[in-house]
Amino acid sequence: MKRDIILAGVGGQGILSIAAIIGYAALEQGLFLKQSEVHGMSQRGGDVQSNLRISDKGIASDLIPFGKADLIIAVEPLEALRYLPYLSHDGWVITSIRPFLNIPEYPDMEKVMEEVRKLPHYVALDADEIAKEVATAKAANIVILGAASPFLDMNYEKLEDAIRFTFRKKGDEVIAKNLEALKAGRKFADDHMNS
Amino acid sequence: MQRLLLLGDEAIAQGALDAGLSGIYAYPGTPSTEITEFVQHSKQAFHDNVHCTWSANEKTAMESALGMSYAGKRAMVCMKHVGLNVAADPFINSAITGANGGLMIVAADDPSMHSSQNEQDSRFFGKFAMIPILEPANQQEAYDMAYVGFDFSERFKIPVMLRLTTRLAHSRAGVVRKPVRKMNEGNFPEDLRQFVLLPAIARKRYRNLLKLQDLFDQESEISSFNKYIDGPDKSLGIIVCGLAYNYLLENYQDRIVPYPVLKIGQYPLPKKLIGKLMDECREILVLEDGYPVVEESLKGLLGRGVTIKGRLDGTVPRDGELNPNIVAVALGMEDTFGLPVPSLMVNRPPSLCSGCPHIDSFKALNEVLADLPKGRVFSDIGCYTLGALKPYEAINSCVDMGASITMAKGAADAGLIPSVAVIGDSTFTHSGMTGLLDAVNDKSHVTVFILDNGTTAMTGGQESPAFGRIESICKGLGVEEGHIHVLKPLKKYHEENVRIINEELAYPGVSVIIPRRECIVAVDKRIRDKFKTKQNA
Repeated sequence: MKRDIILAGVGGQGILSIAAIIGYAALEQGLFLKQSEVHGMSQRGGDVQSNLRISDKGIASDLIPFGKADLIIAVEPLEALRYLPYLSHDGWVITSIRPFLNIPEYPDMEKVMEEVRKLPHYVALDADEIAKEVATAKAANIVILGAASPFLDMNYEKLEDAIRFTFRKKGDEVIAKNLEALKAGRKFADDHMNS
Repeated sequence: MQRLLLLGDEAIAQGALDAGLSGIYAYPGTPSTEITEFVQHSKQAFHDNVHCTWSANEKTAMESALGMSYAGKRAMVCMKHVGLNVAADPFINSAITGANGGLMIVAADDPSMHSSQNEQDSRFFGKFAMIPILEPANQQEAYDMAYVGFDFSERFKIPVMLRLTTRLAHSRAGVVRKPVRKMNEGNFPEDLRQFVLLPAIARKRYRNLLKLQDLFDQESEISSFNKYIDGPDKSLGIIVCGLAYNYLLENYQDRIVPYPVLKIGQYPLPKKLIGKLMDECREILVLEDGYPVVEESLKGLLGRGVTIKGRLDGTVPRDGELNPNIVAVALGMEDTFGLPVPSLMVNRPPSLCSGCPHIDSFKALNEVLADLPKGRVFSDIGCYTLGALKPYEAINSCVDMGASITMAKGAADAGLIPSVAVIGDSTFTHSGMTGLLDAVNDKSHVTVFILDNGTTAMTGGQESPAFGRIESICKGLGVEEGHIHVLKPLKKYHEENVRIINEELAYPGVSVIIPRRECIVAVDKRIRDKFKTKQNA
């Protein structure tokens, strides 16, 4: 078993929380893991990514080579496209379609979506909207995680356990909402896989 | 065995704690910050009362660590590569004095300049100081090297450098711990004159350091961090340093590397092992993250003899960090790539947060300077450096910590009047105070903005050593009280702020303007923490 995942977003959007949850679930299953993160300057509203590698065998490089990522999980559509050189030919892109508009020259949204729809394998969803419906807007990253869950080669229950662990200090209500967000994302993916 | 999931930085911290660390000293700097933060949040460190508060800058940190080593205890000092420039004086001289309690200097380099002004390689500094250098390939080695490095330091009474690069510093993997060792009891150095670097003593100490070099060489030959791994194909021999080893192995998954490989984790370079590789192989490829340190020393001045491939002959790019693809190409393998980035892609550079107090400061400053020729605002390093970007384009320099004030002074000396400096609160106490003293003594016509957001923001909001002291420091350095103004950088005070700045720009001496408002991220965090405590209560 091996999953090489690029997590992408804008500083502050919570990609490291997604990484932490997947990472916890992986460790609980006795898998090896390497996860490279971006700290420092870029966290101030810049583009950030994390390389998350999970395997049942030892992992060499902290960085995923170009063309080898099984998954790009993005909480922002432009950021999903930024890391396409990493995507393997049969890899999937899971992305939110909600743009994060903090730059003046953000490309035309219709053109961005055109590029997303050109991808061979993708799930694209308005995670903010779904999160608001079933939980709170803050859980958008968990909705994305839910949408990515069919591609992680991991037991769904293990992800639920990881959410319970990650939010254990925040009370039962927060846990319940995040589990709902996860479920809603999962459902969307099951209904909308494009291939 | 239980594996802890740790960043490379955190692995170093845990290794040091388990080795009986008594104190860690540092000023925050990406990618080294998390080493000290890990100790600050460690229950083990709290229980054992390990010193872990921030220092004012890397020089004071280095000197404090040296003092702790003098007193017989194990001390670690951590910094980013350019921080070592600030600490260079005590760093180089600590090799001459030698250590008493184990002393480790961690330098975290930033090839590709993710968060830095240059990509200098600290291995040069280690070589310059003539001390041993450890360079981990992965998180486990980061832990192990921090753990055993103190023993090495005490055995030879010498400071040891631990050098790593951004990718290892900020990447997590499982780490297995070693038994926790007790802290040293304090003791005096054997020779009480050892730390007195008067010329006569310094000459003796320097000869001692020179004599140690042979022993360091021998240690490198037998170090478990330097491994010769034989391979059948002698057309190429590979010397691979630190993290680059992982990129090499990434390209040979499920098979062995066909070429002989010398993995380097400890310097000075093991001459015999390198000699063996060069004797046996037709060509040598050097893979190192950072400058071509090993490559240059193998090539020598004329580059005659065995062919050495690496950054200098273009086999590997001359600048920037390594990655698995660069290493694949260097090995003559086919490169891999995914899909192209669509042409509509634009950059998303970091930017000042919405609601950041610096925004209001820059708006006021820009308005005041609007009618003057552009190019008179000197700044340096912090979140406020982002004021160089659109839409503000408010600053004209960023060179090193504290250079805002001194460069503004120099420009004013050259007749550029008015001349403005923009510095942050934490950077001011890091390296700005002495420059302000120069300006006061010279009665330079400069206006110094000390943007006080109450925190060391860029590195994640560490407490600022300047907190609550800025006016008294400025007064103490001799800035006239009437020319120190505290402003509130908010839209509603814009007109008033502009008026005060205008007046001070006209004053032919040193003025200090302190726009003071808490960092918006810090405010946010404070409110969240308060909420959390309330919930837990």
